[in-house]
Amino acid sequence: MDDVYDHSAAQDTTGKEGNGMQRRGLLKCMVWAGTGVLWTVSGGVPRSQLIGTAEAATPTGELSFVQISDSHIGFANAPNTDTPGTLRDAIGIVAQQKGHAALLLHTGDVSQLSRTVQFDTAEQIIKGAGLETHYVPGEHDVLDEDGKGFFERFTKGGSKGYYSFDQQGVHFIGLNNVQNLKAGGLGNLGQEQLEWLEKDLHGRASSQPIVVFAHIPLWIVDKDWGWGTDDGAQALSYLKRFGSVTVLNGHIHQIMQKVEGNVAFHTALSTAFPQPAPGTAPSPGPIKDLPPGKLRSVLGVTSVKQVRGNAQLAIVDTTLAA
Amino acid sequence: MRRRNMLRGGLLLGALLLATLDLGSGVASLAQAADASVNIDNFTFTPATITVAPGTKITWNNRDDIPHTVTDAADPRAFKSQPLDTGDAFSFVFGTPGTYHYFCSLHPHMQGTVVVK
Repeated sequence: MDDVYDHSAAQDTTGKEGNGMQRRGLLKCMVWAGTGVLWTVSGGVPRSQLIGTAEAATPTGELSFVQISDSHIGFANAPNTDTPGTLRDAIGIVAQQKGHAALLLHTGDVSQLSRTVQFDTAEQIIKGAGLETHYVPGEHDVLDEDGKGFFERFTKGGSKGYYSFDQQGVHFIGLNNVQNLKAGGLGNLGQEQLEWLEKDLHGRASSQPIVVFAHIPLWIVDKDWGWGTDDGAQALSYLKRFGSVTVLNGHIHQIMQKVEGNVAFHTALSTAFPQPAPGTAPSPGPIKDLPPGKLRSVLGVTSVKQVRGNAQLAIVDTTLAA
Repeated sequence: MRRRNMLRGGLLLGALLLATLDLGSGVASLAQAADASVNIDNFTFTPATITVAPGTKITWNNRDDIPHTVTDAADPRAFKSQPLDTGDAFSFVFGTPGTYHYFCSLHPHMQGTVVVK
């Protein structure tokens, strides 16, 4: 199972045919393995190995954290009529495997329709992980009063849904790219947030590892499906001088990753339902016709480890079927 | 609240226009300008462009499993729906001739046009 990931697919996940096939092949492989795969990225070449062997090779005592995404509490259609149930399973895996994890990130679409009861349900379940949790909004979370309900509850450090903090020497930046979207456009950060980001990074040592987390991918995954951020490149230009930048996103309900210079991009699985690879279906809506019993094999959680001495962080995806 | 008031205003205006039409040209033209609909399937507004007579009520039906909105792209906006869950509908009466570009504020690559003439 070593090196199942094809380098060309890693460099270009926007391809609609050839690379899409490779990616599907990869996901299938992970499902067969029935466990997590550890991604270590060094010199721009992603390598994978089974979680057991990888963990043995990973030094302990470094920062580790977990990411979940797209729990969509309130969604109750095919292929998942019990999104609280699958979120509970995901949190069970987090609680079981967290080890020394310092925190949990939720990269948005906590709810389906921004309802208070949906936020309540999600928050109660996520508390079960026993980890301090940092959220950013998805477009489903800001449907009422310009997101006030979400920000008051989930992003206390940032009244507009973006903020930063430091943890064990790593600088975390949560961004909001789901509001004030323009007709025909993609995700949007906006001038005010970009200025804040530039200021936030000003004067920081370029040796400090940076983790950016936001709902919609900051890179362009697929323009036709709106999977990208219009001014994401501007944000990334502020991060160029840093030696280790990891960008974690959700929104597309599937694993995709690529490496550009010192920046590693990674999208997480949803805890609610899978979405198709770009261009393989009429729309980015849920994949409804999953074979019976397969749902949990396409949902999951992401664990990230900072391995001292490596420029990039090690990223492990585990499905709920594992 | 503001949005709801605006919507109500739009409907009221439409109703007045319809009433005027009714007085001026009879029931037949009232029926003609009464209704049109746009469906939302697979993250797409169908038809993408719809041309209607002034006073026409257009209803958007969300048949997707994902919520969408119907949002005027102009500033200031003439109309914006609440988030439409699966099976929800939104109606607006277009009283004033013109071309209205609109989109889904959650998935802005979804776009449509209403031509009122």
